[in-house]
Amino acid sequence: MTHPSDAGPAPVLALKDISKSFGAVRALRDVSLELFPGEVHALAGENGAGKSTLIKTLAGVHRPDAGQVLLDGAPTVFHGPADARDAGIAVIYQEPTLFPDLSIAENIFMGRQPRRALGRIDHKATRAATAALMKRLGVELDPERPARGLSIADQQIVEIAKALSFDARVLIMDEPTAALTGSEVARLFGVVRTLREQGSAVLFISHRLEEIFQICGRVTTLRDGALISSEPLEGMTEDDLVRRMVGRDLDELYPKQDVEAGEVALSVRRLTREGVFTDVSFEVRRGEIVGLAGLVGAGRTEVARSVFGVDRWDAGEVEVEGRRLTNGAPSTAMAAGLALVPEDRRAQGLVMDMSIERNIGLTGLRATVRAGLMDRGAERSRSLDWAVRLQVKYARIADTVSTLSGGNQQKVVLAKWLATGPKVLIVDEPTRGIDVGTKAEVHRLLSQLAADGVAVLMISSDLPEILGMADRVLVMHEGRLTAEIPRSEATEESVMAAATGRAAA
Amino acid sequence: MADSALSRAVRWDTVVGALLVVLLLFSFSFVDGFGNALNLSFLIGNTLPIALIALPMTLLVVAGEIDLSVASTAGLSGSVMGALWNQGMAIETIIPLCLVLGVVCGLVNGLLVTRLGLPSLAVTIGTLAAYRGIAQIVLGSDAVTDFPVQYQDFAAGRIGDTFVPRAFPLFLVLLAVAVVVLHATPFGRSAFAIGANEEAARFAGIRVKRQKLLLFVATGFMASLTGVFWALHYASARYDNATGLELSVVAAVLLGGIDFDGGKGTLGGAIAGVFLLGALQNVMSLLNVSAQSQIVVTGVLLVVSVLGPRVGRQISVARAGRRAAAPTPVP
Repeated sequence: MTHPSDAGPAPVLALKDISKSFGAVRALRDVSLELFPGEVHALAGENGAGKSTLIKTLAGVHRPDAGQVLLDGAPTVFHGPADARDAGIAVIYQEPTLFPDLSIAENIFMGRQPRRALGRIDHKATRAATAALMKRLGVELDPERPARGLSIADQQIVEIAKALSFDARVLIMDEPTAALTGSEVARLFGVVRTLREQGSAVLFISHRLEEIFQICGRVTTLRDGALISSEPLEGMTEDDLVRRMVGRDLDELYPKQDVEAGEVALSVRRLTREGVFTDVSFEVRRGEIVGLAGLVGAGRTEVARSVFGVDRWDAGEVEVEGRRLTNGAPSTAMAAGLALVPEDRRAQGLVMDMSIERNIGLTGLRATVRAGLMDRGAERSRSLDWAVRLQVKYARIADTVSTLSGGNQQKVVLAKWLATGPKVLIVDEPTRGIDVGTKAEVHRLLSQLAADGVAVLMISSDLPEILGMADRVLVMHEGRLTAEIPRSEATEESVMAAATGRAAA
Repeated sequence: MADSALSRAVRWDTVVGALLVVLLLFSFSFVDGFGNALNLSFLIGNTLPIALIALPMTLLVVAGEIDLSVASTAGLSGSVMGALWNQGMAIETIIPLCLVLGVVCGLVNGLLVTRLGLPSLAVTIGTLAAYRGIAQIVLGSDAVTDFPVQYQDFAAGRIGDTFVPRAFPLFLVLLAVAVVVLHATPFGRSAFAIGANEEAARFAGIRVKRQKLLLFVATGFMASLTGVFWALHYASARYDNATGLELSVVAAVLLGGIDFDGGKGTLGGAIAGVFLLGALQNVMSLLNVSAQSQIVVTGVLLVVSVLGPRVGRQISVARAGRRAAAPTPVP
């Protein structure tokens, strides 16, 4: 890791005593930040700490109320994102938005393609320029390939290439790894190191602390809109960083209680969905937390969808507490006591335009009915009860869930399903994209549920989470279960070996 | 933001209701011949077909789908009614058969949409043409006019000396049923969820396909009921009965604040939209505005009603955006 010394190069971009308020809310208070060429700088903080506002200030979306933006040491005012882009600042978002029907090259040079005579687009030059960018990043992507069907990781690479084509000197990466697999993260980090060596400044945001330590040289921490520290990472521990972010010592991140496993609650036998997963059999007992690990695309989510009934299976059977489930019928799975907290809370878990109350109420439409009509009082008290139990932070229960932070939205999804009193709970990426404090809360909740006799199946791409929370780890590779590893033998190495197909099945 | 979203929806309903009141006050005061009982009964009687179909259409649009074949279903139902009457069948047998036919028409639409996953807009434009074509095959260019008097009286007559059509109480009952179903039952709540986010509704265990199928069937049923009413009301069963009615229904429903993308709106707003459109058409007739021009007005209203709430939303989103950009403080 490189550590620019104070006597070294001047910061390419700096914020000095920036303040920004929205109405009565002070999103940033006297925050300063210096980004040096050739460094990867972490921005840490819980949801709501002001990271997004800071990024948007750097990107020219927000104009600060007070303080200065310094570009190469000179005070600058960005009147909009275009100004920031022209100054060489690019933001890579978690989920890039490309034109799916255009090729990679066309996406990168959209609106400013090299021209030939008569204004015709010079496809050859566009291709060549794209190939050169890919070479510079050390990534093999065919410039001709349409953006449709590219993985999120590849889409990010395209965005980075696009940023380079604008001669970006500062790259801001907003949770780029949230949806990536382990190998994709490794490739992205390779690209980031290349950029660093070529003299770019990278501002890196991630909720995964180990990634910050892996790739970054310095870290700036925000809490409640204020600057807490800006310091080298060397010599710091994860606990040090968490303490700066949360402002206190965090209770254990993985508060796993030891519970005696009881009866089999979920039994999946020889489940197959053609071309997706094959011959998957496993059991989850009451009181157990079973981790389901594997690379993205291994078929974990698809198994959960079929078990719950959102997708049909082609062969096999599923039993919940001895009751055979009907193929492709979530309503009967729910009646049997199965709940699924899906992977994508915005698209699958919540109706974003509906209130907190009604989102939680959606799973209780049969329970909060009197004489065939909605019993609104019962619906409200059921929703309130669970929102309070899960400590959802909201202004009014009638507010739409879109007003909540990501962590609180996830709690609403959990509330919605816990309100059904499930015997078997499947959670798919339960802590993706939520801050470390909320993450610990979700873990405590899962542990408590297991202690209360619920059978929990936890799908996660977060390996420390799997290792920290699971009694047993099931591993999938290319649509098949390749390993079942007891807690005592589960290590990053043993799980990753099975996930990548290196272990004997 | 939630607050403004809620109050905005309320406001749009209220706006339409207020417009209706203003139009009525204006017409009573300044339009010759508007206020007499006969005209008022015409107004309501002519609006009833739109209103009847608007009931299920509102639920359907809330659930994110649409049925443009309703006018053709009504026409087909009237044609079959006329043809069977010509065959000498009893009207008591014919009417139930027509309603069953409507259910079948709705079922065909619903199955094409839910089983084959086709967009309802495309499916029902297809069946719009198909059902109308079948109606013409069934009845040709005949007009059947000699339905039993007591039935025609029910569809066209008034209650005593009042301006209230005899069929109006039936509509009120159906309206009450629709209001309760949409706003006070799990079925209605599910419709909103499906329209707002079908995927999330499915993940919440809502039987999306079944519910949509039911809504298409209900729409087909009400369309055929309207077809029967139309033939009796105007004492004429022709294959081209109710042509273009789908435009009025959709315009009225959207005018009433039902979001074309699904998930938003109230039946009260939709019905206010229906009668606003009906009153407008009535007044235009009294003012000797040609039928063609009235269609233009309906079309413009359709565009305005889609645009109006959307512009309002853009404004409130822009406002809320500035507030929402502020992170909520962590207590």
